[in-house]
Amino acid sequence: MKVTLRIWRQHDGASLGRMISYDVEGISGDMSFLEMLDVLNERLTVTGEEPVAFDHDCREGICGMCSLAIDGVAHGPEGLTTTCQLYMRHFSDGDIIDVEPWHAESFPVVRDLIVDRSALDRIIQAGGYISAPTGAAPDAAANLVPKKAADRAFDAATCIGCGACVAACPNGSAMLFTGAKATHLGALPQGQPERNARALALVNAHDAEGFGGCTQIGECTAVCPVGIPLDMISRLNADVLSALGDSGI
Amino acid sequence: MVHSSDNAYSGVMVINKGVGARTAALRSSVVLHAGMAVSGLIMVLFLLAHMYGNLKIFEGRQAFDGYSAFLRVVGEPLLPRSGALWIVRVVLLLSVFVHIYAAFTLWHRSRAATRGKGAWRYESAKNRRGVQRSYSSFTMRWGGILIGLFVIYHILNLTADYIAPGGASSSPYQRMINSFSIWWVVLSYVVALIALGFHLRHGVWSAFASLGANTSVARRRVLNGAATVVAALIVVGFLIPPLVIWVGWVR
Repeated sequence: MKVTLRIWRQHDGASLGRMISYDVEGISGDMSFLEMLDVLNERLTVTGEEPVAFDHDCREGICGMCSLAIDGVAHGPEGLTTTCQLYMRHFSDGDIIDVEPWHAESFPVVRDLIVDRSALDRIIQAGGYISAPTGAAPDAAANLVPKKAADRAFDAATCIGCGACVAACPNGSAMLFTGAKATHLGALPQGQPERNARALALVNAHDAEGFGGCTQIGECTAVCPVGIPLDMISRLNADVLSALGDSGI
Repeated sequence: MVHSSDNAYSGVMVINKGVGARTAALRSSVVLHAGMAVSGLIMVLFLLAHMYGNLKIFEGRQAFDGYSAFLRVVGEPLLPRSGALWIVRVVLLLSVFVHIYAAFTLWHRSRAATRGKGAWRYESAKNRRGVQRSYSSFTMRWGGILIGLFVIYHILNLTADYIAPGGASSSPYQRMINSFSIWWVVLSYVVALIALGFHLRHGVWSAFASLGANTSVARRRVLNGAATVVAALIVVGFLIPPLVIWVGWVR
């Protein structure tokens, strides 16, 4: 099949970007979206043009590196799917596909389709961990965790930190990411001692990075490749409000 | 960030519990949204009571005007005349102020986070309205401004009796009859109420979610359903009196 790509090209953060069209032929439906971009880049390299820069790593949907807004939707048209796991069979011959980086002020463009998502790392640094002395692995049954809490924590921990939530949010908010971190650690007994301090630290770091607030629209959870539910934002809201009401944090 | 000075074990990372954390969090988007939620819910409770009062139009002039007079003496002799009314008015004014202040602050932050373009920051013209978002959710801000302007018009019209297209009157019942006998007054109320309905459809749901009440996927459905019911109840309840007056069933 043949598709026409309109790709955002931007040399670096200081220069202006614009959409440039490329026709890509000989695409198989079994190629992933990134493999289709590889085909384009091989051609561009052969003809001496600058290949399109895009982020990718595992190509298995687990690392969170791939990050494309395809036709204006983070990770493209398929639900619960990362860009690397999106296959060309979901497009039709002759389609015009818009490919852009994830636009948000807190995600500056590095080059073409690559954005700097280290703002999310700094939120983790502020409170996305538990403070525990390391040493020998503790006894498996030393800390009993109710099944429901373990499941909830695991669901939250599946967040791969790709930033699709920010890319999709009309407010440019990273509250789904932040809520997943607060829920992940807040659901477990190991996370309880610092739960209040963590909620405040996470939200303060989130706002300091320039992300917008959450208006509960739900675009984030709709594009999230691992399906982090919207209620994890509400969990974080509850933790922040109860931390503010608790004098002894 | 990591502060090694205030930890119990040397060399262990602990979350910063500095005094600044609480002060900063008080200005966070989470707290502003909680302020919007509480002030919004106070106004929803007022709207329900207001709607109930309006429906007394069916009991006739005496009952309606009597209810209006009662609102001025309720609480006497503990409160002075109109005391209870003014307490409600002050609470509502504070709610309006908090609601608008939080809305504009959050709007500003949202624009700053998206270079002023919100959901329109992508070149692609496809999916500009997202993949699932409701009409209500993206009309909250301009809808809110419309409702704010309507409230000013409405108070000048039926409360202050200053804008009286159908003729001023000391009787609240007569003021309603006079105003709603004019087609464009009815139309202006219908438009404002539809805007209010959309605002409440997303507003009631998001108020509860902002306060932490959205605890699961099932609860999200329940809260959205409840918001739709509240919005529909308020729109229909408020629309009945103007429409029945306009068609002449109540005169």
